[in-house]
Amino acid sequence: MSETQHDAALHEAPVLAQEGPSSWLVYTTGLVLAVILTATSFWAANTSLLWGPGIPLGLGVLAIAQMGVHLVFFLHITSGPNNSNNALALAFGVLVVFLVVAGSLWIMADLNHSMMPAAGPMNMPMHH
Amino acid sequence: MSLLGKLTWSAIPFDQPIIMGATVFMGLLVVSVLGWITLKRAWPYLWNEWLTSVDHKRIGVMYIILGLLMLLRGFSDAIMMRAQQAVAAGGALGYLPPEHFDQIFSAHGTIMIFFVAMPLVIGLMNYLLPLQLGVRDVAFPTLNSVSFWLTASAVLLINVSLVVGEFAKTGWMAYPPLSELQFSPGVGVDYYLWSLQISGIGTLMTGINFVTTILKLRAPGMSLMRMPIFCWTALASNLLIVATFPVLTATFAMLLLDRYLGLHFFSVDAGGNPMMYVNLFWVWGHPEVYILVLPAFGIYSEVSATFSGKPLFGYRSMVAATMSICVLSLLVWLHHFFTMGASANVNGFFGVMTMVIAVPTGVKIFNWLFTLYGGRVRFTVPILWTLGFMVTFVLGGLTGVLMAVPPVDWQVHNSLFLIAHFHHVIIPGVVFAIFAAYNYWFPKAFGFTLDERWGRASFWCWFVGFHVAFMPLYALGLMGMTRRMQHYDNLAWQPWLLVAAAGAAIILAGVVCQAVQLIVSIRTREQRRDLTGDPWNGRTLEWSTASPPPAWNFAVLPQVAAKDAFWSAKQRADVREREYRPIEMSKNSPIGFVTAFFAVVTGFALIWHIWWMAVLGVLGAFAATLVFAFRGKDESEISAGELAGFDRAHPAGAAV
Amino acid sequence: MNIAVELSAVRPEAAPRAGEAGPASKRVVVGYGFWIFLLSDIVMFAALFAAYAVLVRSTAGGPGGAQLFSQTSVAIETVCLLASSYTCGVMSLAVNSRRRAGFYVAAVLTFVLGAAFLALEIREFADMIARGATPQSSAFLSAFFTLVGCHGLHVTVGLVWLLVMMAQVAVQQFRPSVLRRLFCFSLFWHALDIIWVALFTVVYLMGVRP
Repeated sequence: MSETQHDAALHEAPVLAQEGPSSWLVYTTGLVLAVILTATSFWAANTSLLWGPGIPLGLGVLAIAQMGVHLVFFLHITSGPNNSNNALALAFGVLVVFLVVAGSLWIMADLNHSMMPAAGPMNMPMHH
Repeated sequence: MSLLGKLTWSAIPFDQPIIMGATVFMGLLVVSVLGWITLKRAWPYLWNEWLTSVDHKRIGVMYIILGLLMLLRGFSDAIMMRAQQAVAAGGALGYLPPEHFDQIFSAHGTIMIFFVAMPLVIGLMNYLLPLQLGVRDVAFPTLNSVSFWLTASAVLLINVSLVVGEFAKTGWMAYPPLSELQFSPGVGVDYYLWSLQISGIGTLMTGINFVTTILKLRAPGMSLMRMPIFCWTALASNLLIVATFPVLTATFAMLLLDRYLGLHFFSVDAGGNPMMYVNLFWVWGHPEVYILVLPAFGIYSEVSATFSGKPLFGYRSMVAATMSICVLSLLVWLHHFFTMGASANVNGFFGVMTMVIAVPTGVKIFNWLFTLYGGRVRFTVPILWTLGFMVTFVLGGLTGVLMAVPPVDWQVHNSLFLIAHFHHVIIPGVVFAIFAAYNYWFPKAFGFTLDERWGRASFWCWFVGFHVAFMPLYALGLMGMTRRMQHYDNLAWQPWLLVAAAGAAIILAGVVCQAVQLIVSIRTREQRRDLTGDPWNGRTLEWSTASPPPAWNFAVLPQVAAKDAFWSAKQRADVREREYRPIEMSKNSPIGFVTAFFAVVTGFALIWHIWWMAVLGVLGAFAATLVFAFRGKDESEISAGELAGFDRAHPAGAAV
Repeated sequence: MNIAVELSAVRPEAAPRAGEAGPASKRVVVGYGFWIFLLSDIVMFAALFAAYAVLVRSTAGGPGGAQLFSQTSVAIETVCLLASSYTCGVMSLAVNSRRRAGFYVAAVLTFVLGAAFLALEIREFADMIARGATPQSSAFLSAFFTLVGCHGLHVTVGLVWLLVMMAQVAVQQFRPSVLRRLFCFSLFWHALDIIWVALFTVVYLMGVRP
């Protein structure tokens, strides 16, 4: 599979196969879904109708849903023949993010626990 | 506000003879090299063929030269430390004042990890990956050049720190609060941070480049399970680079913000948390050692298979072990700070994970042993390094398993026991592998083999010298000697330190042997020409090319039918009619060199608070990028005639 | 020694599995490489997020998120950035069909919306600083300004890149290298919106709650 052949193909085929109203629909659907999810997030953060302690979890779920909408409708992560590599890379990235954030939070909270109570140096206001 | 920020003539330590001596020596070296190039009128050749090259082979060689040169500087630091500690017992103060000693141990660690081990490993991966994968270059050749030149910029900055200003005195990890501006007001930590940020960008780009190359650019027929094992270990290593270098970048950025803008990430007041630096640093720091050692393991796999005349034992389990080490290495980082005060639950979890990671490593050792077992082993220099590694690394690894037990670690953390452990794994693990690879692939890169006798001599000096230098440190650690001591009162430690110093001298003899090996080999190269391209009866595709390979590696991409692609092709020994078609290769470009220039300007300016120069440096880099973005042609064509001509001139090279 | 592999053993056109088809096209290679770069950038943000999460309560006796953040401003910023992601998608469609006018309209819209986001954010920062809530005031504020500021810096770089791409299309039209770069730009721009989702959720929405 020589590179020159492929580049020539790009030049010669000005309109790619996946063109048509369906792509407009994909982006617009994504936008609508994202707007709905975002609005729901803002509502959930400010309403008194939901049980307080559950709200951060709900916000988290909504955020993940919004990211999913972006990935699927704007970044087309699920489509294409070479996609398993993309999905695997994403999974690896998600794993690393999880380990860094969750691991750091666990460790730092644990260390904090072992620190002296409120009168410790960490909590003192700044001296000039 | 002075025009030159904090920079004044007092930045040059005219009153320090050791530094001035080193400066004069380095200066003479640089001037003589530049002078020699000028005399030979070699600047056009150097510029066109090397400095602006985007060829992975040229870039790989430049990385390795850089790494070997910096090995000399890092090793000089080691000798100075050993000499100091050998004499500074009781009332004697030695010859290195504390402020200088502190810079030396900081520079030693920083240089060895970032500017010796990384460039050497990256250089090897650069040279080998496209050849072993059966393709013409990496995924992004120009980016590759930029990566190299950014690393070179960082090397330049760190060498400048010797002469102009100072280096960090914080150790190679630069923990706050010591590294905060309040306690390190000089430029040393800034040299450290900016050098590493610049080279960090280069390394991250390399990681992206190589992951893409391995996953998207392989010869037809080469599925992942037919890849040479070195490519698997390179994949794991580069995935770790992509996963962890951004964390280091963020961490250093936060420390820089504290130092430059008075923020409070790691400060001791206003809510800052120095322990968070330690946590984030080691999130990068532990995977970093696997970034270095995994390709080294790959080298050992290639060498043991070739010189046993057998395929690698347990290819599939090697792949599984490699990828599990890749993931597990992200789960152990807290073992670098067991003593920082986490609870038993946290310490226990990471202690157990640290022990678990020894299991796949053990699998690899057994696979190498079973590869050698039953083979007709040829005791060449690369095999000597491999055997030396196996024997030494296992013991060093065991001391790691010892320290994985938190209560044990509490006794020996930051003592010389720890120093002995990590040198006991990284020197046989990474350094011996580099030397094995150097002897193994030198003929491919340069067309003639290295002298065997001097190679053997260098191995034995290193092997013996290493043990003499580092085994006493275990005893010293258990006797209570902590790391980084400029002098000490306990006279019982001195005999051990004298032995360690003697070990360093034996290693020095090994280094000298390597230098002599190179000189002798060049002088007698006609007697050891590699005319077939396959001096070792190799198994992988790089041995199917001429020595050295042409710029395009393969005139026609090989068709791969099995693992050990070249070996299986040799067994079938078919003749094939070749059809040559013109190919396109990426054009050389000065963008790497130019980016490096502006990186050095910007880095130096930021270190010395010369703000206008920093702005100019950034704008210059941006302008250069624009010029590059608008260039006319990205590629140049190589005609079918030229391809055919090369293959005719090197008939032995024509293979798959 | 003339060695070769049997040509009959593997016929490239018949290679069934993706992994054995030989080197991928430039477009696929560039796209994948940029995707890996984006993941690395997200890891960098993860480190900054972790620092923020650890330091969120370290206000040194000073104001926290609940006292400082304006949800209205954040909502408008979110709408701007989301809309710019949409117009970026429209721009991609125009590029795919090689419609220059359509490309420029969508590109300008994307730029304006992105610039509006940035302007609002800069104003938010300036307001906070004017009220004495500077990055130097506390660890919490250091982490806030750095995390949100880093995202803003990425948006700025994106806007500059967009301008350069508009110039590139004018000078070099839609040649393959320009197309690849436009593809990378749109990946980048969408990724920034993904990061913003995490940002406004964790920093602003969760932050205004007591």
